[in-house]
Amino acid sequence: MKRSFKNILEPAKRKRVISLAAVYAVLIGVGFVYLYPILYMLVNSFFSREDLLDPSVIWIPTEISFDNFAAAFNTLDFFRSFFNSVLLSAVPALLQTAVTAVVGFGLARFKFPLKRLLIILIISTFLLPAQIMMVPRYVLFDSMNITETIWAQYLPAMFGQGIKSAIFILVFYQYFSSYPKALDEAAGLDGAGKIKTFLLVALPMATGAIVLSLLFSFVWYWNETYQSNLLFGSAIQTLPLKLQSFTAQYEAIYGGNADSTINESISLAGTLLSIIPVIILYICLQKQFVESIERSGITGE
Amino acid sequence: MSAKKHKSKLKRKNSIAGAAFVSPWIVGFLVFTLYPLINGVVMSLNNVTIKPEGIIYTWAGDEFYDYALNVSTTFKLDLGSTAMMIGCSTPVVLVFSLIIAVLLNQHFPGRSFFRTVFFMPVIIMSGPVISSLLTGHTVDFTDEGSQIYIFLSGLPSVFSKPCLFVLDNLVLILWFSGVQILIFLAGLQKISPSLYEAADIDGASSWEKFWKITLPHIAPLALVCAVYTVVDISNYSGNAVNNDIADNLFNTSMMYSLSAAMSWIYFGVVLLILLAVYLVFMLLGRKGKS
Repeated sequence: MKRSFKNILEPAKRKRVISLAAVYAVLIGVGFVYLYPILYMLVNSFFSREDLLDPSVIWIPTEISFDNFAAAFNTLDFFRSFFNSVLLSAVPALLQTAVTAVVGFGLARFKFPLKRLLIILIISTFLLPAQIMMVPRYVLFDSMNITETIWAQYLPAMFGQGIKSAIFILVFYQYFSSYPKALDEAAGLDGAGKIKTFLLVALPMATGAIVLSLLFSFVWYWNETYQSNLLFGSAIQTLPLKLQSFTAQYEAIYGGNADSTINESISLAGTLLSIIPVIILYICLQKQFVESIERSGITGE
Repeated sequence: MSAKKHKSKLKRKNSIAGAAFVSPWIVGFLVFTLYPLINGVVMSLNNVTIKPEGIIYTWAGDEFYDYALNVSTTFKLDLGSTAMMIGCSTPVVLVFSLIIAVLLNQHFPGRSFFRTVFFMPVIIMSGPVISSLLTGHTVDFTDEGSQIYIFLSGLPSVFSKPCLFVLDNLVLILWFSGVQILIFLAGLQKISPSLYEAADIDGASSWEKFWKITLPHIAPLALVCAVYTVVDISNYSGNAVNNDIADNLFNTSMMYSLSAAMSWIYFGVVLLILLAVYLVFMLLGRKGKS
């Protein structure tokens, strides 16, 4: 009896092992293609000039060279650009989160005329592409004399018109709609005003949405170059903007010298340096990044 | 009577409070979105000259639209290649992210590691990084002389062109899938396990379960992902069209206007693509039901 039971189980077990192996094979294979550029960058940024020219050296450098990083560090003017990047992504992320939370709360917990229209408008702003806003916004900021200042980035964020603000408003809306109305009423009976209810009752229940909004706003602002290139010109240079003009910058600093012309390793080192801050952030907070989407309610109930 | 009056007063108070909470967005929308939007239309239809006393508009009609479409040598080509990029990439992104999400939804050791890996590009996705990383450093599928290349170029150009395009830009396209994978994954986890158990008892294979249970449940999410993908790729700063728009901004003879006209034409094309996506999903949905 026992033996026959085992016989039934065995094929199932074998099937499971095979399917697991297949899953691993696909994920590792696709993952390799997917991350190949990053791996390539990691390895090649450590190549010395000689290794780069030597065709027999492919993946493993003969010596680990940090010269590329020193050159790239200077070219990027790392500390200043890093500071600018933080200034232009952390602050807008905070502003955007605060405003979208307030608006989301207003939409979720109150009834007022034209609410449906408002929600439709919010969704349609998500569809409006950045380039259609770019020209007239530039003219607007120019007439306000705030191009080349941080306000050109802060003001839209402050009024819920930042990068993908609509998504965050909808996420907060979902979160704030999901708890019972009785809680608000109880807080009201205890003498809490609307603002107090928002801060003390609603916000603590929306930590997931807050994390999502902060992290994604930060990353999207960090990576934004299309508008900031125009708005800030050369006045405020973030890391990605510096990377964009890397070759020109490098030649301005090291130019003229024949044996120090720019090579691939140096620009890859520059690329690595420019993304390392977000990578570190990601490694520290990867669980929050990934789980915040899963719990965001984007997927509906 | 007084209770009723009290209630309506409360209701009014409530709607005032609600309006107060959403007012920052309304102000922002009027100032930073609606006003520039209207201004953009005006600019695209007028000659803009900047004088010390201010900006002067002189009516030009459809001159700039005409210029963008009929005179400019690059714009139409760039528009076509960008539309192709969006049109070809969206299905690839959807299918790819669904496959990866289904795989990641299985229980196996190292699952969270792979989840981290496939989400990585979202973190570093910026124009300069992509142009530095994805030019020349990707796995090359279309090496001239490779079997795939020979096979595909033998096909009629209607098939071979999009296929080769997708293969050429495969890694870039896949890098747009991070958020979509997570959305699908979240959707998959919401499907009740008892459905699968019931199907198991009826002797359904995994293949059948995928088509009969999984797919119908995440179809609405697929539409969300498709819209997100189209918008995301159309906003990608490395697009040929986006470069055109940025380059022509300070075009001396057509200051602002040409860029504004181009961006409206481009927006029209993107809206058409979105409409097509919506229609495709409607058709598929109706087919699935019958």
